[in-house]
Amino acid sequence: MTSPELPADLHYTAEHEWLRDGEPATFGITAVAADALGDVVYLELPAVGDEVTAGAVVGEIESTKSVSELYSPVTGTVVEVNTAAVDDPSVVNADPYGAGWLLKVDVTATGSLLTAEEYAAGTAG
Amino acid sequence: MSGDVTVGTTTDATTGTPTGTTTDSTRRSPLHDEHVALGGTLVPFAGWTMPLRYTSDLAEHTAVRTAAGLFDLSHMGEIVVEGPGAGAFLDRALVGALSALRVLGARYTMLCREDGGVLDDLVVYRTGDEAYLVVANAANHEVVLAALRERAAAAAGVVGEVRVEDRSAATALVAVQGPRALDVLVALPGLVLAAGPDGSVTDLPTGLAVLKYYACLPAAVDGRPVLLARTGYTGEDGFELFCDAADAPALWRALLAVGTPLGLVPAGLAARDSLRLEAGMPLYGHELDTTTTPFEAGLGRVVRLDKVDAAGEPVPFVGREALAARAGSAPARVLVGLEGLGRRAAREGYPVLASAAADAPRVGTVTSGAPSPTLGRPVAMAYVTPELSAPGTELAVDVRGRPEPVRVVALPFYRRAR
Repeated sequence: MTSPELPADLHYTAEHEWLRDGEPATFGITAVAADALGDVVYLELPAVGDEVTAGAVVGEIESTKSVSELYSPVTGTVVEVNTAAVDDPSVVNADPYGAGWLLKVDVTATGSLLTAEEYAAGTAG
Repeated sequence: MSGDVTVGTTTDATTGTPTGTTTDSTRRSPLHDEHVALGGTLVPFAGWTMPLRYTSDLAEHTAVRTAAGLFDLSHMGEIVVEGPGAGAFLDRALVGALSALRVLGARYTMLCREDGGVLDDLVVYRTGDEAYLVVANAANHEVVLAALRERAAAAAGVVGEVRVEDRSAATALVAVQGPRALDVLVALPGLVLAAGPDGSVTDLPTGLAVLKYYACLPAAVDGRPVLLARTGYTGEDGFELFCDAADAPALWRALLAVGTPLGLVPAGLAARDSLRLEAGMPLYGHELDTTTTPFEAGLGRVVRLDKVDAAGEPVPFVGREALAARAGSAPARVLVGLEGLGRRAAREGYPVLASAAADAPRVGTVTSGAPSPTLGRPVAMAYVTPELSAPGTELAVDVRGRPEPVRVVALPFYRRAR
């Protein structure tokens, strides 16, 4: 399986989330994860105002073939949920680093993050 | 299951193995190079490396429901049973009445143990007076072959001469499934039907139109022999084409070339699984296994306790005693369809609960489940206690620690318009 291009400006987690720095920070799942899942048909995400904890499960991503839990790469408060992605989860497959983002969080602490290179090394095996 | 399913270590519901990995120890389909050229995602499946998907599970599923899909099923096991005693032997080895099957007919049947447990579910084609083609699941191919050989040895001297021959390695199987499948076959260049059982030779559109569901016909494509069967595992009209492994790539390419303008797309194991689930068709290892008899699975009709031999005596087929006892008693569990009322899908192995209440007792187990692409809501098959198996019964499924409401519905979930 060939790995799709990884944007170099993002952070990654071993659980296949990506994180874009900012205030708030944005995160979603990587193209590697989206490809492994197949067509995403349902997203269960926390609500605006919910507290999330780095490394803890904050949602579920369901495809016809399988289901995966979504881990938060950061600790903080959810300030925005991608309702367009909830309405049409196919954007997670079509544009995982763009329109397929999942949550925006006011970050108080970050978890264990990887560079694109480190993440690529971890998924190559 | 809660907490152990994470992105990237997803378990494939069809293969039970991690997706995106292949090993060198698996067997390759004669169409392997075609799958690679099409950019298919290849996964280990029952000892083979087979395509999980080419582009999108949903697109492939939808193509089969609305136009047509092309499947490589070369991993299936093909076993030929021939000889003067073939029909009488299969009557003793399998639960069905295969000696009564008409020539060029097909039948869904099962191979059971003495205790009635299912070793495999099979489609058997009668290709001649004294010739049958037994098609087994890939994962059970060796088990079926060994059982047939053992049962043939046991029947020696009781029935006429029988030869059991494994043709799996030399045989490829390609399926064209969907409402446009007939159009694809009619348009296939070089397809010629052999004479019908009555000696008639028909033109292609007429011959295909009269080829009934669960029947087969010898044919040729560009002079190469093909057994053309109107069978499938998707809930749609369709054809399955058995051919020599060496002829498979040319046949595959010809079908793709002629079918693409009609909406045909190559389709992988993922679509095959979601299609058969919507059609309420059991999958061995999920709805069927050695601890299950055909009766629990709602397939008691395939058990022919009434079959008799040439002398009019009841056939002492393997499993007869146990299955006769089961036939007369209520099963302890029943296979049902469950329709999800929420969004989260029940998956294989999840507990079925009497209700969504916190203290609700467990009343069954999910065997297959997924969000149905055609229905737009989760569906599942599950074994539940008989008292709770009536359509309309409201139950719940423990979906990773949280109960989701479901309703028992009649199978299949999806039935094509005819």
